[in-house]
Amino acid sequence: MAKITAGVGSSHVPLLGVAVDQGKWQDDYFGPIFKGYEWTREWEAREKPDVVILVYNDHASAFDANIIPTFAIGCGEHYKSADEGWGPRPVPDVEGHADLAWHIAQSLILDDFDMTIINEMDVDHGLTVPLSMMFGQPEKWPVKVVPLAVNVVTYPVPSGNRCWALGEAIARAVESFPEDLNVQIWGTGGMSHQLQGPRAGLLNREWDNKFLDMLASNNDDVRHIPHIEYLRETGSEGIEMVMWLIMRGALGKSVKTLNRHYHIPCSNTAIGHIVLEPTD
Amino acid sequence: MTDSNATKPQHQNIHEYLAEFEDIPGTRVFTAKRARMGYWINQFAMSLMKPDNRERFKADERAYLDEWKISEEAKQALLKRDYNALLDLGGNVYFLSKLFSSDGLPFAEAVSTMTDMTWPEYRQMMLEGGRKPEGNRSIKGGY
Repeated sequence: MAKITAGVGSSHVPLLGVAVDQGKWQDDYFGPIFKGYEWTREWEAREKPDVVILVYNDHASAFDANIIPTFAIGCGEHYKSADEGWGPRPVPDVEGHADLAWHIAQSLILDDFDMTIINEMDVDHGLTVPLSMMFGQPEKWPVKVVPLAVNVVTYPVPSGNRCWALGEAIARAVESFPEDLNVQIWGTGGMSHQLQGPRAGLLNREWDNKFLDMLASNNDDVRHIPHIEYLRETGSEGIEMVMWLIMRGALGKSVKTLNRHYHIPCSNTAIGHIVLEPTD
Repeated sequence: MTDSNATKPQHQNIHEYLAEFEDIPGTRVFTAKRARMGYWINQFAMSLMKPDNRERFKADERAYLDEWKISEEAKQALLKRDYNALLDLGGNVYFLSKLFSSDGLPFAEAVSTMTDMTWPEYRQMMLEGGRKPEGNRSIKGGY
């Protein structure tokens, strides 16, 4: 039986990918960020998950303005790194787990989540930067990936409550997959940042840490934070944090925090990550 | 099965939901209205992900823009890289970022052009912990 053994929340700032690709991760600017991920990299190497369900948002790479799926699941065999305007990141192709992905997609639809299914797409920094943060620069990624893309760009984006409930449904789907698989779920994006308009550059250390506290707690209050609160408190792009709720919802009622890290700034963004283990 | 509906908050009225977005200082939330208005600005920007299109755009920006169903006002804003004007016309930053990259501009530097700061000032603000939320959450509330 497949099982979700852990959840990771992590920022996916594109500049972190640049730091890895150009070997700058130990310099004065990036050093403290990568140091915060050190424990998690070692933990991942020990845990050796078979599959990561990687919740992220596409940044106008695979999807243009034409089609806007609220929740889309990648059911393909492999995905290439997207050209986001300066050539694709020099990272290995991402290998999918089509059997598990299709199983999850079918189960979710029966469970009232009307998923969009994607067979072919390129994946951008939203997906490849977290892989680099957790696994460094291997020849081949050590896990298979089920991409789960969420619309957090065009409003209304899904509510925190719906994201949490989707996570719960994903956990049920994984548990009914017959093969023995060690599965992790990652929620990515955030934390506070605003990339547009005169208010650009807004960061909120206090709110971000309150959010991490809520994720680490054994109640589900965090699912009811309204969009307007994310927008006011964490900048227009802080809304990406609703994707962390899919991860948290998949872990069940109670969790144990294995690692937690927060750093300001990286480019325009507050960097955070948290590693949680379900303890139900 | 968990009954998620049990914890679902009351149905939210779309008009009230959208109206609150206009109360955030210096921010254009990318609503459906803006997405509709800026559709071709964003599709134009998206086209710059292809190297051939980038080359054609760089060779003659005006001629390339004339191939798109974009208003003259938006074309002028694109030629001037006036990103705040483009946000008002329905541009979205993730799409417009294809133009930043085509110009070889770091993302944060392009973002700084939308503020009242120079790029070195903006960079310094970020290093010092970013823009504070105090006074930047609500126009009406002033908090």
